[in-house]
Amino acid sequence: MSFTTMDVERPTLTAAPMLDAPAAPTPGYWKSVGQRLLHDKVTMAVTLVLFGILFITLGAPLVTHADPYQGSVLARLKPIGTPGHWLGTDETGRDLWTRLCYGGRLSLLAAILPVTISLFVGGFLGILAGYAGGWLNTLIMRTMDVFYAFPSILLAIAICGLLGNGLSNSIIALAVVFIPPMVRVAETVTTQSRNLDFVEAARASGTTTLQIIRYHVLANVLGPILVYATSLISVSIILSAGLSFLGLGVTPPQAEWGLMLNSLRQAIYAQPYVAALPGLMIFLTSMCFNLMSDGFRSAMDVRLNK
Amino acid sequence: MSAALQQDPRDRGGPAQPLLIVENLTKHFPVRGGLLNRQVATVQAVDEVSFSVRKGETLGIVGESGCGKSTTARLLMRLMNPDAGSVVFDGDPVGEKRGISVSDMRRQMQMVFQDSYTSLNPRMTMAESIAYAPRMHGLGRKEAYDRAENLLSRVGLNPRQYARRYPHELSGGQRQRVNIARALALEPRLVILDEAVAALDKSVEAQVLNLLSDLKESLNLTYLFISHDLNVVEYMSDRVMVMYLGRVVEAGPVESIYRHPRHPYTRALFASKPTLDPDRRTTEMPLTGDPPNPINPPSGCRFRTRCAFAQPRCAETLPLLAAPFDGDADPSHVVACHIPEAQAAVAVHHA
Repeated sequence: MSFTTMDVERPTLTAAPMLDAPAAPTPGYWKSVGQRLLHDKVTMAVTLVLFGILFITLGAPLVTHADPYQGSVLARLKPIGTPGHWLGTDETGRDLWTRLCYGGRLSLLAAILPVTISLFVGGFLGILAGYAGGWLNTLIMRTMDVFYAFPSILLAIAICGLLGNGLSNSIIALAVVFIPPMVRVAETVTTQSRNLDFVEAARASGTTTLQIIRYHVLANVLGPILVYATSLISVSIILSAGLSFLGLGVTPPQAEWGLMLNSLRQAIYAQPYVAALPGLMIFLTSMCFNLMSDGFRSAMDVRLNK
Repeated sequence: MSAALQQDPRDRGGPAQPLLIVENLTKHFPVRGGLLNRQVATVQAVDEVSFSVRKGETLGIVGESGCGKSTTARLLMRLMNPDAGSVVFDGDPVGEKRGISVSDMRRQMQMVFQDSYTSLNPRMTMAESIAYAPRMHGLGRKEAYDRAENLLSRVGLNPRQYARRYPHELSGGQRQRVNIARALALEPRLVILDEAVAALDKSVEAQVLNLLSDLKESLNLTYLFISHDLNVVEYMSDRVMVMYLGRVVEAGPVESIYRHPRHPYTRALFASKPTLDPDRRTTEMPLTGDPPNPINPPSGCRFRTRCAFAQPRCAETLPLLAAPFDGDADPSHVVACHIPEAQAAVAVHHA
């Protein structure tokens, strides 16, 4: 018996030979994610910017008193810094600051709603395909591959063209575009965690499939899916703006950043800075969502915890 | 010991009834390929494996990597379904109408996995991981967490220190203790230890092995101890089963197998075992090369391609487990080999 000599280090059963001082309590998972987010300066900064954008759009009547639809022939295409119109006016003399504030409402709605729909539909289908495997997986994943065959903007244009233009149709079109990548991400992370030993151990403990999905699969799958959804919002903002730029989304005279970019297109030589402002808002919002999703990803990674 | 066993209300067959009887357990994995994804070959991972485990004993299963040890464990836990064969748990056939269901069996049979890190949910604290199964089986939250803390101290971890830790905050040995505690949370009667100490360094391994021995005694456990480490199996087991390419080649009491191995494969396995004792140094030649491809195993005796004693009849008929030819073995010692010289290890001349 080669092990008898090692009995010196034999641990006793009842009294643990460990440190007695109670450890600093480790916070719960989501609490520690929140703490890490608070220490991430970039993520906090972009989140602040996003809250600012949210405030000026949802609270537009508080930050501007002008009417977003009331123009003036005399005040057409004023430059930035004009008294009364600090961001200038557009081609029909409407105050651009007011238009940007009100336009953000539709832009954000048309960007976030499709991602939310695809998060639920795609996430559900992906987790189902990943956990079930077999023929159900093949059915779902091959169907998604059909949608993958088309470039996303072309698919969105095709669906919009089919359904006719309008805000709701552009939301439906974008949701359809975003479901396949969402399914794929959800399926990949679910398949990975399904084969992990701790899921096997949970199966071996005789608990039901639903319990295993709820306590072991979902917690490990939800993080990556949410991060991906946040990064999709940045793409969605650009795509939905692109659709309205092409005249497939929101219809005039409604204010929407992509549509404003289109109508100010003709003024690009007369007032280039004013014409670029809707584009700047699109860029800023998109970039902020992108950086925020990066921040979420690293905050959710337990192993990066120092 | 037997008196203590009879106190267990779940004990149905009495001390004479083996806790686990496995008969002709078989799992063949199809290998698919080609244009139409047709089955082109079969991996015979586990082939007609039969054994039994008595109450309160430790059965060791040894063999090279890929010999079907872990597949056997997964088949027993029904993490995968066997192609053929029956499993009888304490007299009740598992998964049959007149027996017990798979989920009832799982409450009495638990498993500890090799990789201590991946077998714990990274998003759950130690207490949550241990309390999970009892809670899902209807134990109240408070009771489940009390049980988890109790188990943590049983495996030598101070609950005040470790109950709220995450897996990445613990060392490998500490994590494996938690895995053992989790396996014990449902108060099982049989614990399958699938290479449970293989990933630990030697000093920690010894501590965990001693912990396992203590737990076995105090909780009246029965172990199925799977390992490739012959020293560890000798230390832990009452009986040993040697597997090669999905089949059992030799089985018997640990002293009988270790003192007088009959199968040439068992002897070759022991020859590869490092020993510091000059009296136990063996002259047997260690095995060379990898085992044959299990997709297309040799006909007859699967070991014949690496065996120094192989004769034509080894290729013709599959040897079945039977008492050794020399007759002076322990009655429960069985070996699957046709050739008396091979069992006695005469006629070998080493360079």
